[in-house]
Amino acid sequence: MKILVAVKRVVDYNVKVRPKSDGTDVDIANAKMSINPFCEIAVEEAVRLKEKGVATEVVAVSLGTKQSQEQIRTAMALGADRGILVETDTELQPLGVAKCLNAIIAKESPDLVIMGKQSIDGDNNQTGQMLGALSNMPQGTFASEVAVEDGTVNVTREIDGGLQTVKLNLPAIVTTDLRLNEPRYASLPNIMKAKKKPLDTTTPDELGVDVAPRVQTLKVEPPAERSAGIKVADVAELVEKLKNEAKVI
Amino acid sequence: MIRDQESHKALLEALGRYVNERLRPLEDQVAEDDNIPDEVVQEMREMGLFGLTIPEEYGGLGLTMEEEVHAAMTLGGTSPAFRSLIGTNNGIGSSALIFDGSDEQRQRYLPKLASGEAIASFCLTEPDAGSDSAALKTRARKEGDQYILNGNKRFITNAPRADFFTVLARTDPDQPGARGISAFIVDAKSPGISLGAKDKKMGHAGSHTCDVNFDDVAVPAENLIGGVEGKGFYTAMKVLDRGRLHIAALSVGIAQRLLDDSVRFASERQQFGKPIAEHQMIQAMLADCKTEIYAGQAMVLDCARKRDDALPHSTEAACCKLFCTEMVGRVADKAVQIHGGSGYISDYGVERFYRDVRLFRLYEGTSQIQQMVIARNLVKEAGI
Repeated sequence: MKILVAVKRVVDYNVKVRPKSDGTDVDIANAKMSINPFCEIAVEEAVRLKEKGVATEVVAVSLGTKQSQEQIRTAMALGADRGILVETDTELQPLGVAKCLNAIIAKESPDLVIMGKQSIDGDNNQTGQMLGALSNMPQGTFASEVAVEDGTVNVTREIDGGLQTVKLNLPAIVTTDLRLNEPRYASLPNIMKAKKKPLDTTTPDELGVDVAPRVQTLKVEPPAERSAGIKVADVAELVEKLKNEAKVI
Repeated sequence: MIRDQESHKALLEALGRYVNERLRPLEDQVAEDDNIPDEVVQEMREMGLFGLTIPEEYGGLGLTMEEEVHAAMTLGGTSPAFRSLIGTNNGIGSSALIFDGSDEQRQRYLPKLASGEAIASFCLTEPDAGSDSAALKTRARKEGDQYILNGNKRFITNAPRADFFTVLARTDPDQPGARGISAFIVDAKSPGISLGAKDKKMGHAGSHTCDVNFDDVAVPAENLIGGVEGKGFYTAMKVLDRGRLHIAALSVGIAQRLLDDSVRFASERQQFGKPIAEHQMIQAMLADCKTEIYAGQAMVLDCARKRDDALPHSTEAACCKLFCTEMVGRVADKAVQIHGGSGYISDYGVERFYRDVRLFRLYEGTSQIQQMVIARNLVKEAGI
C-alpha cells in the first residue's frame, strides 16, 4: 500500500509574526520556517502505518519554493521513503494546491492520502476537501484515529458534537487533527540519511495546472489591541454590567 | 568544517527542538530528583545523541569539530546534566579508543557507545593526581596475558552508569612521570572494581560522579589501548585537547541561554514605572553579556575550523576553554543580578545554572592549567 503525504513549509509555530509596515502581507523575512504541525502529524501517521506493515511506501510531497525541499527532507528524516517537490514561486492558494496534488495522485496512484486539516499560516482548512472533490475520492477530515483494514479505512473524526467514525473505501483522503498522534523527534542519524533519499522536482506547468491566485489579499493588519479590563466590586455589579453594558445576558 | 550545510542545519534544528520542547521542561524535575528519567535516556539513545562524535563506520554521526561545537552550543540551551549523560561517550570515554585504539578494539566497543547501549567513563583523576595527572599512582602489573590493576580514581563522571572504563594506570613503576602510563579498557563488571558513594556536588544534579576503586582487577592484555605500553598519558592529553573545545562551546551555549532568560525577564519585570530592560545599568549588563558571548562563539568556531583543517590549535583550544568557561561564570553572575531576588531563589533556574557553570572552570583542565598551557606554548614558540 502506498501513502502520499502532503507537507507544507510554514513559519515556525514559535515565531510571532507581524504584518509588513505597508500592510501588503505578513513579514516572514528571516523567520524560522518549519513543517506545518498538522502535516507533521500526517507524516507520523503514515510512518506508523508503514512500521505496522500496513503501508509499503510513504511519499512526501510539497509545493512551493525550492526551500520547501527542507520540509520534504524533514518528512524523510521522520521515515518517508522519497519526496516530490512541485516547485513554484507563485503564491499558492488551496485550490491550486489541491489541483497539483490531484495531478500527483493521477501519476502516483496512492491508496491513501494523508494531509493536515489546515496549515497554521493561512488556516484555510480547504485543501483536503477540495482534493476530495477533484479526485472523486472519499474523505475523512479531522481524524483522531485511523485504522486501515481490507481495502477500507475507518476514520474517527472530531466533530462539534463529539466523535464520528466513517468507513471509506480506498483510495481515500484523510486530514489530521491534533489528537491523532504525537509526532516523534527525528533522530539525528535519520536526518543525515534523509539527504540520500530520492527527491524529484516538478512544476505546476509540467503537471498541467494553473496555480494563478484566485483570491487577492487587499490588506493585512494586526488584530485590534485589547483594551484594559475593569474590576467589579461584587456579583451584583458584574450582572448589571453584563446586562446593560455588554448586553450578553 | 561543515560537511553539508543543509543536513547540518536540519540536525541543529532537530536538536534545538528536542532541547527546547522536551528537555527544558524537565530541568526542575531532574534537579529535584537528582536523576534523568529512564525514558529520556532511551529517547536520547534513539535520537543518536550518544554517538555524535563517533565515526560513521562505527554507527555514530562522525561530526567534525565545527559541527560538534555547534551541537554543544545547542545542548547548552538546557541543564548541563543532560549533556553530561552523553558527554563521556562523545568525549573523554570514547576518544582514547578513537584516537589510539586498535581496529579490533574500536569494532568491539565503539558501536555500543554510539548507540548508547553502553556508557563509558574516563578514569584519570586520583585523590593525589588532579591537575598533576602524570603523578597518578594506579598501578597496572603485567602477569602473563593480563594486567592486574590496583588504585583509586576520583570524581569519575557517569561511573554509576558506566559499562566500561577507560583507565589510565602506571605500567612502568620506574618511570615516575608521563612515560610510565598506559591506557586500558576495563569492563565495569570486572571482579575487584568497587564504586564509592555518589559525590554530593554543588551543581549538575542528575549527573553523577563517584570514586572508582580497583583492587586486583584482572584486565586482558588485549585491552591495552593501542597495544603499546607507555602511550597512555599522551592519549589522555589528546582526549582532553578535544574536550576543551567542547566544554568551551557548551559554556557559550549556556551563556546564551542565561542571556535569553535575562532579556525576557528584564523586558517583563517593571520597576520605577517601566521594564527594567529600559534602565541603563541593566542594559549595560545585557550588552556586556552579549559581547562576551559573541567573542566566545567566534573563538570556538575559529579554533574548531583550525582543528578540522589539521592546523596547530593547542594554544587556541586552551584559550577557548579559559575564556569561555570564565565568561559563562561572569554571565551567570550577571544573570542572577538582573533577576534580582528572583535570581537567588530556585523558581527561575538561574541560581541552578550559576552553580552548574562553576564546574567548567575546574574539570578537563582548570583555568590555571589552561593559562600554563598557553604561556608555555608561547614561550616555546618564541624559542628565545
